[in-house]
Amino acid sequence: MTTKVKAAIIGSGNIGTDLLYKALRSDIIEPIWMVGIDAESEGLKRAQKLGLKTTADGVKGMEPHIVEDKVQIAWDATSAYVHESNNELVKKYGVKMVDLTPAAIGPFCVPPVNLMEMVGRGEQNVNMVTCGGQATIPMVAAVSRVQPVEYAEIIATVSSKSAGPGTRKNIDEFTRTTAKGVEVVGGAERGKAIIIINPAEPPLIMRDTIHCLTKDAPKQKEIIESAERMIAEVQKYVPGYTLKNGPVFDGHRVSFYMEVEGLGDFLPKYAGNLDIMTAAGLRTAELIAEEIQRAEAA
Amino acid sequence: MNLEGKKVTLHDMSLRDGMHPQRHQLTPEQMVEVATALDAAGVPLIEVTHGDGLGGASVNYGFPAATDEEYLRAVVPKMKNAKISALLIPGIGTVDQLRMAHACGVQTIRVATHCTEADVSEQHIGLGAEMEMDTVGFLMMAHMIGPEELLEQAELMQGYGANCIYVTDSAGYMLPDDVTARVGHLREKLDPDVEVGFHGHHNMHMGIANSLAAIEAGAARIDGSVAGMGAGAGNTPLEVFVAVLHRMGVETGVDMWKLMDVAEEIVYPLMTHKVRADRDSLTLGYAGVYSSFLLHAKRAAEKYGLKSTDILVELGRMKTVGGQEDMIEDVALDMKKAGAAE
Repeated sequence: MTTKVKAAIIGSGNIGTDLLYKALRSDIIEPIWMVGIDAESEGLKRAQKLGLKTTADGVKGMEPHIVEDKVQIAWDATSAYVHESNNELVKKYGVKMVDLTPAAIGPFCVPPVNLMEMVGRGEQNVNMVTCGGQATIPMVAAVSRVQPVEYAEIIATVSSKSAGPGTRKNIDEFTRTTAKGVEVVGGAERGKAIIIINPAEPPLIMRDTIHCLTKDAPKQKEIIESAERMIAEVQKYVPGYTLKNGPVFDGHRVSFYMEVEGLGDFLPKYAGNLDIMTAAGLRTAELIAEEIQRAEAA
Repeated sequence: MNLEGKKVTLHDMSLRDGMHPQRHQLTPEQMVEVATALDAAGVPLIEVTHGDGLGGASVNYGFPAATDEEYLRAVVPKMKNAKISALLIPGIGTVDQLRMAHACGVQTIRVATHCTEADVSEQHIGLGAEMEMDTVGFLMMAHMIGPEELLEQAELMQGYGANCIYVTDSAGYMLPDDVTARVGHLREKLDPDVEVGFHGHHNMHMGIANSLAAIEAGAARIDGSVAGMGAGAGNTPLEVFVAVLHRMGVETGVDMWKLMDVAEEIVYPLMTHKVRADRDSLTLGYAGVYSSFLLHAKRAAEKYGLKSTDILVELGRMKTVGGQEDMIEDVALDMKKAGAAE
């Protein structure tokens, strides 16, 4: 019986806490550290109650324990501004990083599209694009796998309550990073991303629209099948990922109207945008953990 | 109402908000023609961009006839006295486009957010102020919250460096008392050197009455559009508004006769869509729906065999906000499914 790979969560906010709940259910990862910067934070207190070691001194507070506690994977759920220094610090100890900020130092990872490509490449740092990217890039890829996509555009609409201060302060990072992910991982020649924050009460469930403009006339049957397969893949880790309407075929335009309901682990169900991020982050870390276990068994 | 001796800066929207009824198809040449004529008529400030602001070119909002940069490079050098402004909606446009606009000679940047989400504008307002532009915070769909809440958001924008804050009636929903309450409260509480502005839509034909109420409550800038060319039933028709202001003794610096000629001889003839309070535009105003949804809803209604007013009412019920044009086809498909199930 192999032991679980030990992991640390950097960032004790909403994302970090939701990730913790999910990671506690993992068969191959054991979250043992939660790193924050505010001793009074609810997130740190909650992690402590759940049996994790915590520090309010940032990654430096955990540094002396990384080796003895065998931390091999870390998630960064802080902000793009501090990600680089967090990464530099844990990298010294050979810790693999799953970056949930839009810093995008490492290659993009959207699990149903390119997770398997990460296997064997030994990347130290992988980036989870953005919540909007996780929710939409799979559908762009579903089309580009069938035929060339000249242009893809995604519109992510999230409830006001689920858009945290990090996203708000740096909303351009969201649009830029997502657009880049639409190109690099989604396979569109050109990508564009739009984010809308809606304050309606009760909060609306995350919605995503994906428009692809195909180079030649869309092969409808193949696209429908490819989309169905892709949605089933995403549903493996986000069961509330659903096609509400579409695909609409209108000339060379192919449009999908999606809704993303979260699992409601820590965050409310409407915050599908956050849920798909933490679920994708866990899935990616689990793959890295499998590689670590294989390497250790060999 | 006595506005005698007040001064107001008028801001023309025909080459930005007017892009909505034109499906963003105005050419740079048409923009130059209109802007030059507005400049000659003494209009001090003219907005030029895609209808949804810098970076609005998209499937969602429509691809324009030229890029923002092409429009700006065509128009800005032709201005003798008028200044050119650009709109930027964070989430659609980015600071990269703001830098581009600044490099093109744009002097006024208007950073627009939904009225409750001002904190997404920090980067953009901050950069505008840093580049010493006339930096405006533009609180859209301002009918959806009361004066107190609106002030909190206005104060955020003021804190980021905006020197003017707009109460924006994107849905053309407000009645004069609504305008008085919001503009008056902002005027009273914001820093005295921060101006307050009002942007109206004519969906309930309240554009002029609301703009007068705004001036009375302390607004120093008012948006209008020559020939009323704007989203929904258009913006406050600028030449009509100038006529009213001149009768009331308000200083605008605009030549009313020349402005009437611009409307009559240049703008009316180029309109491809009749901007008027038809039943759809009136529905926007009545139900409080973002004005630029108009043509998208008409198209969806036609495509899916529905009534456009039904689509608009549903979008209002769902409390959609500016920029959610993608909901229109989605809602239409839902309504079609529901119709088929009955």
